[in-house]
Amino acid sequence: MSWLGNDEKLPQGRLAAFSYAAVALVILLLVGFWKLQLLETGHYADLAERNRIRSIPIIAPRGRMLDREGRVLVDNYPSFSILLLRGDPNLLEKTMPQVAAGLGLTVDDLKDELRAAESAPKFQPIVIKPEATQADIAFVESHRADLPVLELLMVHRRRYPSGGFLAHAIGYVGEVGPQQLGEGSGKYRPGDVVGRTGLEREYNDVLMGTDGNRRVMVDSMGRVVHTLDDTDATPGQPIELTIDYDLQAIAEADLAGKEGAIIALNPQTGEVLAMVSRPAPDPNDFAVRIPVEEWRELEDDPQKPLLDRTIQAQLAPGSVFKIVVATAMLETGTPAENFTVSCPGYANFYGRTFHCWQAKGHGSVDLHKAIVDSCDVFFYNVGERLGIDRIYEYATELGLGRKTGIDLPAEQPGFMPSQEWKERVFHQKWYAGETISVAVGQGAVTTTPLQLLHTIGGIALGGVFVQPHLLKDFRNAHVDRVALGEETVQKVTDGMFGVVNEGGTAAGARLQNIELCGKTGSAQVIGYDTRDRLGKKQEFKENAWFVGYAPRRNPEIAVVVLVQGGGHGATVAPVAADIVKAYYDKKQQREQQNQTAQERPGGTGALVATLEGR
Amino acid sequence: MLDKKRFGDFDWWLMLIVAAISLVGLLEIYSATHNSSLAGMQWKQLVWIGVGLAGMIILTRMNYHALLDQAPLLYLIGIAALLAVLAMGHTRFGARRWVVVGGVFLQVSELMKLIIIIVLARFFSDVRMERLSLLDLAKAGILVAIPALLILLEPDLGTALALIPVAGIGVYLAGMQRKHMAVMLAAFLVLVPIGWHLRTHLKPYQQQRIETFLHPEENPRGAGYQILQSEIAVGSGGLWGKGFGKGSQNQLGFVPVRYSDFILAALAEEFGFAGVMVALLLYLALVLRLTESAQKAKDRAGMFLVMGVAAILCFHVVVNAAMVTGYMPVTGIPLPLMSYGGSSTAFVFLALGLVMNVRMTRFVN
Repeated sequence: MSWLGNDEKLPQGRLAAFSYAAVALVILLLVGFWKLQLLETGHYADLAERNRIRSIPIIAPRGRMLDREGRVLVDNYPSFSILLLRGDPNLLEKTMPQVAAGLGLTVDDLKDELRAAESAPKFQPIVIKPEATQADIAFVESHRADLPVLELLMVHRRRYPSGGFLAHAIGYVGEVGPQQLGEGSGKYRPGDVVGRTGLEREYNDVLMGTDGNRRVMVDSMGRVVHTLDDTDATPGQPIELTIDYDLQAIAEADLAGKEGAIIALNPQTGEVLAMVSRPAPDPNDFAVRIPVEEWRELEDDPQKPLLDRTIQAQLAPGSVFKIVVATAMLETGTPAENFTVSCPGYANFYGRTFHCWQAKGHGSVDLHKAIVDSCDVFFYNVGERLGIDRIYEYATELGLGRKTGIDLPAEQPGFMPSQEWKERVFHQKWYAGETISVAVGQGAVTTTPLQLLHTIGGIALGGVFVQPHLLKDFRNAHVDRVALGEETVQKVTDGMFGVVNEGGTAAGARLQNIELCGKTGSAQVIGYDTRDRLGKKQEFKENAWFVGYAPRRNPEIAVVVLVQGGGHGATVAPVAADIVKAYYDKKQQREQQNQTAQERPGGTGALVATLEGR
Repeated sequence: MLDKKRFGDFDWWLMLIVAAISLVGLLEIYSATHNSSLAGMQWKQLVWIGVGLAGMIILTRMNYHALLDQAPLLYLIGIAALLAVLAMGHTRFGARRWVVVGGVFLQVSELMKLIIIIVLARFFSDVRMERLSLLDLAKAGILVAIPALLILLEPDLGTALALIPVAGIGVYLAGMQRKHMAVMLAAFLVLVPIGWHLRTHLKPYQQQRIETFLHPEENPRGAGYQILQSEIAVGSGGLWGKGFGKGSQNQLGFVPVRYSDFILAALAEEFGFAGVMVALLLYLALVLRLTESAQKAKDRAGMFLVMGVAAILCFHVVVNAAMVTGYMPVTGIPLPLMSYGGSSTAFVFLALGLVMNVRMTRFVN
C-alpha cells in the first residue's frame, strides 16, 4: 500500500502525555461533581424537595359569631376557588383560551393575573376564580385530563347577616394586607384571610384557626403522584357577643333609610346590646373579592356607608352636652345651684346675639327647667361663668375628647377644645364668645355617639364609667370613677327624667311603667349665620340626638340615637323609647319564664301524683 | 480482505469495561423510564448493543488497511449522505438529522464520525514530515470543516463539534510547529470574542442555550430549566445517592431526557458521588486502554485510528459530564454507551471494532 510509510515510529511521548491529560480531565470532572454533590448537596436536596413536594392548604374555618343568647350572627359556608397551576408555561399558554372560555373569563384577564403573580414561586398556584359556580366546578372536574393546569381548593367563606345588619361592628374579612403582614410579625402569610375591620379584626386571633396542610408529591407536570401526609386544620374559636339580636333588629329597622347611629348598652357592665350605623354596606358583597370600581363607589359615596358612625362620626353633641355643663356647674358651684335666668329667646354676649332654640323664650329658668326645656340662654350664662377651662376639665373627666376603649379597631376620640389647644394649633387666643357656643354643644366640640352615651350613662350611674365592649366574656373592663356629689347626680338625673316625663323636649318618648330619662340634642351642622346666608335648605337640617336611659338612677340600659339631618332631637327620642321598651318587655318575659320554670317541678309532681292517684 | 486474527487476541479487558459501562447504562435507562410511557426502553437499548456488537465483530475481521485505502470513497459517501439528509431527511425535535432505514431512525452524523476517524487516520499517516506543514493543517481543517458545517446545518452543534477533537488529536500526534501553534492560539483568542459577537447568527435555540448556560437561574421554568433540574438531580444525590429507582428528580421526570443526554444526572442522583466516580473511572479505564492499544499499534495509521476514537469518546464524556453539572451549555452530546440511542451506541461499538482491529493486527504478520 503506497501510503503506508516505512518508518513506523510512534510518538510514544505524546501518547503518554495524552493519558495523563485524560487522568487530569477525569479528576477535574470529579472535582466538579464533588462540589455539587458534597459541598452544596444540602442546597440542592432542598431544591429537589421543593420541586416534588407541594403543600396544599387545608383552610381552617373561622370561628362563628353568636349573639348574647347564642343565636348565630356570622357563619361560614363552603365554597370552591379555582386555582391555576403555573408549573408548565407552555401548557399554560396552549390551554389558556380553553380555560378562559370554560370559566367565563378572558385571556387578557388571565394574563394580567399571571403577570401580577410573576414574582411568586412558580409552584404556588394562583386563584383565578374565587367563587366557583356549580358549572365552573363541573368544568374543572370534567377536564381533569386535558386541563391539568386547573385545580379546586375548598375554602370557607363568611356568611354575614344580610342587608348590612350589624355590619360595621362585625366588620369583614379579606386577604391580609401588607400593613397587617408587617404587624403580625410572621403570624400571617400572604394570602391568609384575616379580619380587616370591626370585630373580625379585633378578635382575629381567636376567630382565625390554623390552616392545615396536605403535602403531596407531584411530578414535573404538577400532577399529584401521592399524598405524603395531612395536618388537619384547627378551626377558629367562636365568639359570643353582648349583642341582643332582638334589640339589634329593632334598632336596625328604626334607622332604615336614614343616616345615623344607634347604640344600646348596659352602663353598669359596659355590655353593648345593639349597635347600628346606617347606611351600611353588605359585607357579603366583599367577603370574596370586591371589584375595584365597586369599592371606589362605596368609598366615594357621599353618604359614607363605610364610616362606622357609632364610633367614627365626630359631630357636635348639641344640647346633650348641656348635661356635662350642668354637672360642672353643680360640682363647682359656679354659678350657684339656684341660679336662674330670664330667657327672652336670645342673649347678648360680647356684642353678639346668641339665639335660644325657642325664639319666644322660656321666661324665668332654673337648672331643672333649663334641662327639661333645653334652654340655651340658661346655659349660655352658665358657660360664661364657668369659662372654657372648667368646661374642658369636666368634659374630659367625664369621658369626652378621648376614646371609650370599646373593643373595636378605629374608634375616634371626638374632640374637646381648650384655650391651650387653640393657642397651640391656631396661635390665637381663645375668644370668650366661643365658650358660649361650646356651652350648648356647638363650636369646636365633637363627640361620637358611643362617647356621648358613655358619658351620659356614666353620669347617671353617679360617676362610674365602664369600658363598653362587645365580647360577652370580656374580662377586666376598665372602670373610671369620677367622684360626683350625690346632689349633683340627683339634680341632673331629675332634669333628664323631666325631659321625658314632665313635658320636656322628649315628652313624646314617655313610657308606661318605665322611668325613661334622657336628653335631646339638635346640633347645627353649620353656624346659624351661615345657614341664614344660604337659606334654609334640607341638607343643612340639624343632626338630631337623643341619649336616654332607664331607670332614673343606676340605669341598666342606655340608648343613643343619632339621625343626621333628622331635625330636632325630640323626633328621634321615640326610637330610643322603642328600644328601651323592647328591652323591658324581654326582661319581663324572661322573668316570667324563670318563674314558670321554677314552678314546673312542683307542677309536674302534682300531675304525676294525680296520675298515680287514678 | 479478511485477516486471520485469533479469537484469543480479542481485547477482553476492553470488552469487560464496555460491558460494565453498558450494564450501568441499561440499569439507569430502566430506572429512568420504568415508571413512564417509555417503559421497556432498556430492551431496545440492549438490541442496539447487540447490533453494535455484531458490527464490531465484523469490523475486527476486516483489514484496517483496506478500510483506510477506501478513505476517499468513504468520505464522499459520508458527505453525500449528509447532503441527502439535509435534502430529504427526517425531522424530529426540530432538527433534520435522521434517515429511516427499514423503520429505524438512523443519524447519519454518527456514521460521519466513524468516517472522519478513518479519513483523518489516512490523512495523517500520509504525512511524512516530522512536523505538519501549514498546508497540511489547512487540508486537515477543510476535511473536518465540510462535514462539520453540514452537520451544523441539520442542526446538530454537538456532533459537529465532536469532529474537531479527531482532527485535534491527529494534529497533536503528527506534530505541530511551534509557530503554527502560537498562531492558532492567537487566532483562537481572537476568534472567540468575534464568535461571541456573531452568536446572533446561531439558531434561536442555540442562542438560548448559551444564554441559559450563562444565567441558568433567570428563567427557572424556561430554558434554564434543564440545566437547573440536572444540577438539582446531581447535587441532591450526595455522596451515596438516593438509591436505585429512588431519585425524585429522575423518577418524577424533572430531569430532562434523563434516559439519554442527561443519564449521568440520573445516575448521579440515584448512586451519588460514589456512582459517578465509578462511571468516570470506567471511562478513564476505557480511554487509557485505548491509548495503550495505540501505543502498541503496528503502524502510525493504526495509532491515528485508535486515538481518533479515544479523542472522540473523551470529548463526549467530558462535555456531557460538564453539561449535566452546569459547567458547559447544553449541546446535545450523549454519554457513550450509557445514554439511550441507537445510532450513537452503534457508532461506539463500530469505533471500538476499529480499535480492536488495530490491536489484534499487531500480532499478524
